[in-house]
Amino acid sequence: MHLEENSLFEENLFYLLAVIGSLITAVGLGAALYMEHSGHVVTGMNNQVVWGMPHVFAIFLVVAASGVLNVASIGSVFGKTLYKARAPLSGLLALAMLAAGLIIVMLDLGRADRMIVAMTHLNITSMFGWNTILYPGFFAIVGIYMWTLMDRKMNPYSKPAGLAAFIWRILLTTGTGSIFGFLVARQAYQSAMLAPMFIIMSFAWGLAVFMIVQKAMFSWNDKQLHPQIRARMKNLLGTFVAAVFYFVIVYHLTNLYFAKQTAFEHFILLSGGAFTVLFWGGYVLLGTLLPLLLLYAPAFSNRSGSVFAAASLVLVGAFSLLYVFIIGAQVFPLDIFPGMEVSSSFMDGKIDHYTPSLPEILLGFGGIGIAFTATAIGVRVLKFLPEDDIQKLENSGHMLD
Amino acid sequence: MSAPQNRINNPSRRNFIAATAVGAASLGAVALAPGLHLIEVSQASAPSAGASSKVRWGMLIDTTKCASGCDECVQACNTENGINETVQDARQGSQWIRKIDLKDPQSGRQHSLPMMCQHCEKPPCVDVCPTGASMKRADGIVLVDRHICIGCRYCMMACPYKARSFVHQPLTEQNPQVPRGMGCVESCTFCVQRVDRGLKPACVEACPEGAMTFGDLNDPNSDIARRLANEASTQVRADLKLGLGVRYQGI
Repeated sequence: MHLEENSLFEENLFYLLAVIGSLITAVGLGAALYMEHSGHVVTGMNNQVVWGMPHVFAIFLVVAASGVLNVASIGSVFGKTLYKARAPLSGLLALAMLAAGLIIVMLDLGRADRMIVAMTHLNITSMFGWNTILYPGFFAIVGIYMWTLMDRKMNPYSKPAGLAAFIWRILLTTGTGSIFGFLVARQAYQSAMLAPMFIIMSFAWGLAVFMIVQKAMFSWNDKQLHPQIRARMKNLLGTFVAAVFYFVIVYHLTNLYFAKQTAFEHFILLSGGAFTVLFWGGYVLLGTLLPLLLLYAPAFSNRSGSVFAAASLVLVGAFSLLYVFIIGAQVFPLDIFPGMEVSSSFMDGKIDHYTPSLPEILLGFGGIGIAFTATAIGVRVLKFLPEDDIQKLENSGHMLD
Repeated sequence: MSAPQNRINNPSRRNFIAATAVGAASLGAVALAPGLHLIEVSQASAPSAGASSKVRWGMLIDTTKCASGCDECVQACNTENGINETVQDARQGSQWIRKIDLKDPQSGRQHSLPMMCQHCEKPPCVDVCPTGASMKRADGIVLVDRHICIGCRYCMMACPYKARSFVHQPLTEQNPQVPRGMGCVESCTFCVQRVDRGLKPACVEACPEGAMTFGDLNDPNSDIARRLANEASTQVRADLKLGLGVRYQGI
């Protein structure tokens, strides 16, 4: 991927992609400025649904960012040579996506101008507060880890650095899941299951993102991923997707068993309109069952296109699940007076509705634009295309283990 | 050396210097006086001490006296705290206190009550606030420090009573004693600006039925403490064990 090796067409394609990414980013930043100037009155968010579309994008990016680093961890920590070649790209994607997710959250703040306050005032009982330590720590540790991977002199330290990064990413996703898990007020949350559930979600979504980016980079460079490598990665993706499904099933079964939660479950699973459609259609069908079919059914599983489609569908499922989890949980009324019928001027006892406004959606896509542009420039400037020495892998038995 | 002495010993010149000095001092005094006066005023109006942990402010609400459809408490709160903005979507407006109508589906018994910040002893909003803007005063009043609230709304996700509002739009014509601002979270303060002057919250004074009692829970001689000692009362979502400052009767 040396600059001189690129044809004129590739050069132009890179600049086109960089411009498109920058434009999307600029539109997102413009939308954030508009929200900052006008107030959140121009969003679909309100005092019942306090977190909206920007948070769906941000949580996806943050969770997937920590997950995409797993590819590097499998190489450095668990010694799988196949994944070692992928470690730099994995680290770059992790940094780009985490930065993008955090920028969305920051720009959605009511007082985005007070970021310095968030950095200088820390409440240690707050999971958000802890995250203000976990996120910069992630940047620092992954940065050092990438240094050990890319500087030959530092290579001996890549294993301990990789282990530190792996432990830190587990802590980080625990923190993200616990943002919700530690909320006692809402029916959908207040569960210790959310931290491990977010970790396994990050495994699946991060790997899906990695496989999509890897496929795009190989296609760009007129290369083909070795079928055995693809087979190994798609099997890993399938395992993660199935594991997420297991957690989602257990989470809902637990709720269904508790009488106080059945109304909420009825809403999400049966009567929730768009939320029900997104759960069953978006997450279960498109985001889980169809990818599993594409990854494991003999008719599809060996095709490069099937694996790419499966990874893409996993992301459709991710957004669907997060939308139901974040928004669906808020439109459902708080159970302030259990067992009573309630009504008020403030949606008590009623299912709320939420329609994301254009600026919110643009801010979310702006975050995707940031991650995309940073990745495109990163892989262009640095040598991040995974180079597989197939013969060496076969000889060492790493294609089989 | 003699010439200057002569000049200063000159009576007319000496008088001029003295007069000038007196004049300058007088002008200075005139210039400083308003400032000194302001300092005196501000010192006079400032509380002599901060909130005391010996006091635990609380409220008792008798829902058997609270009429459905009556919102005098809500109006009084809005007036006192300068909540006067018009919003197209009511869900985006601030509601520091709201009326909730309850009905027992089995018995059909109905009642109405005002719901606001419950001023928890262990407030989830304070626990989750990343910057410490959500805070509890020593006397139990839960407040938001508008200077360090970043508008993340995590406290709103955490509050089991939906008692907090986020200011969604620019504000005008605010009450100088109750600073509010776009992009920050706010909620019932027990009218802290009144309580610190020895007054009751606006809602308590406005209730035509006298359904709301405000006072020091720690003072065994206060009306509220005596009633809580002798009459049954309930904390909303008592299962959460948050130690509420607001108690209800009749629910």
